Amino acid sequence: MTEIVVTRDFKADKAPPLVSASQVCQSYDKGTAGSLVVLDKVDVDLHSGEIVGLLGRSGSGKSTLLRAIAGLIQPSGGSVTFEGRVVTGPTSGVAVVFQSFALFPWLTVLENVELGLEAQGVAPAERRKRALAAIDLIGLDGFESAYPKELSGGMRQRVGLARALVVHPKVLLMDEPFSALDVLTAETLRTDLLDLWCEGRMPIEAILMVTHNIEEAVLMCDRILIFGSNPGRVIAELRVELPQPRNRLDPAFRALVEDIYARMTAKAGAPARDGFFPGTGIAMALPRVSTNLMAGLIETIAAEPYRGEADLPPLAAELHLEIDDLFPVAETLQLLRFADLEGGDIRLTAAGLRFADSDVDGRKRLFAQQLATYVPLAAHVRRVLDERSSHKAPARRFRDELEDHMSEDYAATTLKAVTNWARYGEYFAYDEDADLFTLDNPS
Amino acid sequence: MAFSTNRDAGRSALAALTRNRVLPNLYDLAAFALLAALAVLALHGAAAMHAPLSGLAAEPVVLDPALLPDYALRTTIRMFAAIIASLVFTFAIATLAAKSRRAEMVIIPALDILQSVPVLGFLTFTVTFFMGLFPGSQFGAECASIFAIFTSQAWNMAFSFYQSLRTVPRDLDEVSRSFGLSSWQRFWRLEAPFAMPGLVWNTMMSMSGGWFFVVASEAITVGGTTVQLPGLGSWLALAIKEQDFAAVAWAVLAMAIVIGLYDQLLFRPIVAWADKFRFEQTAGQQKPRSWVHGLARRTRLLKRLTAPLAWLGGRLLLVRFHSAPSARREVSAGTSKALDRAWLALVLGLGLWAMWTAVAYLGKSLSWSDAWDPLARGLVTLLRVTGLIAVASVIWIPVGVWIGLRPAVAERVQPIAQFLAAFPANVLFPFAVIAIVSTGASPDIWLSPLMVLGTQWYILFNVIAGASAFPTDLREAASVYQLRSWTWWRRVMLPGIFPYYVTGALTASGGSWNASIVAEIASWGDTRLEAYGLGAYIANATEAGDFPRVVLGIAVMSLFVTLFNRLLWRPLYVLAERRMRLD
Repeated sequence: MTEIVVTRDFKADKAPPLVSASQVCQSYDKGTAGSLVVLDKVDVDLHSGEIVGLLGRSGSGKSTLLRAIAGLIQPSGGSVTFEGRVVTGPTSGVAVVFQSFALFPWLTVLENVELGLEAQGVAPAERRKRALAAIDLIGLDGFESAYPKELSGGMRQRVGLARALVVHPKVLLMDEPFSALDVLTAETLRTDLLDLWCEGRMPIEAILMVTHNIEEAVLMCDRILIFGSNPGRVIAELRVELPQPRNRLDPAFRALVEDIYARMTAKAGAPARDGFFPGTGIAMALPRVSTNLMAGLIETIAAEPYRGEADLPPLAAELHLEIDDLFPVAETLQLLRFADLEGGDIRLTAAGLRFADSDVDGRKRLFAQQLATYVPLAAHVRRVLDERSSHKAPARRFRDELEDHMSEDYAATTLKAVTNWARYGEYFAYDEDADLFTLDNPS
Repeated sequence: MAFSTNRDAGRSALAALTRNRVLPNLYDLAAFALLAALAVLALHGAAAMHAPLSGLAAEPVVLDPALLPDYALRTTIRMFAAIIASLVFTFAIATLAAKSRRAEMVIIPALDILQSVPVLGFLTFTVTFFMGLFPGSQFGAECASIFAIFTSQAWNMAFSFYQSLRTVPRDLDEVSRSFGLSSWQRFWRLEAPFAMPGLVWNTMMSMSGGWFFVVASEAITVGGTTVQLPGLGSWLALAIKEQDFAAVAWAVLAMAIVIGLYDQLLFRPIVAWADKFRFEQTAGQQKPRSWVHGLARRTRLLKRLTAPLAWLGGRLLLVRFHSAPSARREVSAGTSKALDRAWLALVLGLGLWAMWTAVAYLGKSLSWSDAWDPLARGLVTLLRVTGLIAVASVIWIPVGVWIGLRPAVAERVQPIAQFLAAFPANVLFPFAVIAIVSTGASPDIWLSPLMVLGTQWYILFNVIAGASAFPTDLREAASVYQLRSWTWWRRVMLPGIFPYYVTGALTASGGSWNASIVAEIASWGDTRLEAYGLGAYIANATEAGDFPRVVLGIAVMSLFVTLFNRLLWRPLYVLAERRMRLD
């Protein structure tokens, strides 16, 4: 086995940062309606010797920032520097690990690991030596000639890691590296990676990871940047001073997790109750949240031991929901005034409690009522249907209307969300073949 | 293909060295015998291609079974040349279309139209053109024949490749860019492998069609000049002319053997090899098998011999033609839009000019009233094609479903169906003609089945594939709820196989249009049967050397096929994609 020589210096933050992103903006052209801002003037520094986590919900632009740092995309504003030089494209000092592993299915483990070296024009013999060393380091011995499809998810991500390490990058960028893995595998991989890092056996100087898992961030990172959505920006920066290895049951650890939950559910100064979703009125972009999940969450919170009020971290743990799953549901409940979100807690409103106690028809009626009152788009569709003598309206019409305010994807998602909610509440119906909204539900 | 060999070869060559075994094994002997034989045959055939044209007159095709293997070889080499040309075309044109937005605007619609143009119609012009290019050499006629096969193959291969290039998974694209792979490395490491399964499948489909055209294009009569290239097609033409029944039977036999060998020696190994490029991350259930592929993998010496090639491939991959790719940037909309408009104007202008030239050319010898004849005939042929596809569907859907739901039967029948689809139906035409002549049946009706003779199998094997892939749980659900007879067909099976059926029927109908050019006119010795239709119109015009009418006929047929595809098949395809996908 070949030792990889490590040169990591633990200089204080005073040294110039390894990676520096300043005032990074990213926006997509939406045509007539201006542009959709994904990142708004974000500053991030990455110093030698630290693991930094970008924590936020999906759509908060954290993956976009990671790609800008990797040189995969050119941000529309601001700049990224690596070792003082402006990043204009992928550089050899930065390697990326992907959520989907991104392995080439037609290459063996060894060939996948060698790929980055091949791109650098390294001669075959040297390539093999270095690749075998990386494979050895990451615990993949014996799998060299296997194809990715023969491996489990955990092993595949190990290949992803080995492939990133073999090019001896200074900075390792990880884009939700463990979120496609089951809980146990993810934990093993995190621990192994932390061990390698703490023992200084990896030839890297700093790690920047994107995650939406709060505990993962607290477990691994020295510094956590919390991202807010719409537009994506850093809303808080936390330093995690707990020594490694960290214990999830440690009260200090729990307190930190609790604190982050509270920060992420804080209403960011927006006085409106709908503040979580971008846009106002009918132009509000809504997430697709299943009514089953909403009903399930209401029932869970109404029942023992929560009795109408729950702390989010234990609730998420009990339901095995990550923040990306839990938050949209909770926020939709808040939008429909079934629940209130405050300081990391969720509390059912009177309507929410009534919903929990009702039978199927009662729930549907209540749901329709809340929909009519608090979701302007639903009310708008219903009004148009009521006004027309045929009680029919093409969905295209509303989609166009939405596209004046948001991107095509958002418009489609929003309309689908409202359609499904309305179907559940029997507020109006939708015929997919004809792409028509109607008032008659088949009976 | 450099990237193919260096995969296992590197490691196993190393392993072979450490084991210090140099003696060849039995597999080596078998593999070498195969390779050597193929090399000798290829050289022999290629040398004959360059013979002077006068040689053709001095040594005309003779109906001597001893010469048949030679003829079969010549036919096969033509096929092979065409497939290589198609691959080169595919790599070049499809890549260009995928990389350049402006090229894409021209190439993709052009490919779409070219797919609908009846290949046999081309022959008239290409023969004249290539004979002029290589005067006095047989090579010109060879080129024309190869070009005819090429035109039957290249378009859908290019389409498939283009589509794959456009759908390269985003994460793999990002990996390639973040490691700074050069365009050359990226092509061989990412794009070509990703496109491989689709390309291999389409090449196989193309080959099936190709046999039909190789037979049709060897004996060409254009306005009085007749060229007969030595090959199975010419043999067949001569056998028909001389009413030699035994010779026709020999041709059928030779064709069957050639296709069988081609399948076993070339395509099955390639399909088995291409299986590893499938993008699914899960291990597949049914792996395609091939004894030749297995043989090649087991040979020790062969691997050692290809090791230098693998090394060369690896070195070639290190070549950098391009600087490192840079970050993706949103293009500044203003300038690029203006350029787009200019480009579009240029293309449209050229198109209009071309159309004007064509109309002017036709206008010299034809008047507007001449257009009615092909249009009316086109409607008759359209009626034939739709009717026959319908009949073939009614017959083959139940049969295909029956077979597909029985895996043991399907495994045995599927290769036969694919073989039948590849078998050039025109070899069988004489039998039909004899039957029609002897019974005095109406050629207008009874020549028609010849059009689907070769193409109906596409319906069969696609339906078999669809029924085989039908999920077991849905079948079980259907039997638990006792869905029977018509309800079972309407609610369970027909929707289940629909996407597959549409693919099969689309291929079959395209092939049938093409086949009409040879199927609507058939002869046996001096007896000549003709059905009223667009195919016969084009065939007659070709024989008479009446270029304007050939152009008109082809244009009308292309129009019909394009409209047919747009108005019927594409909506069905969209429906199948939206509603009836089972994954």
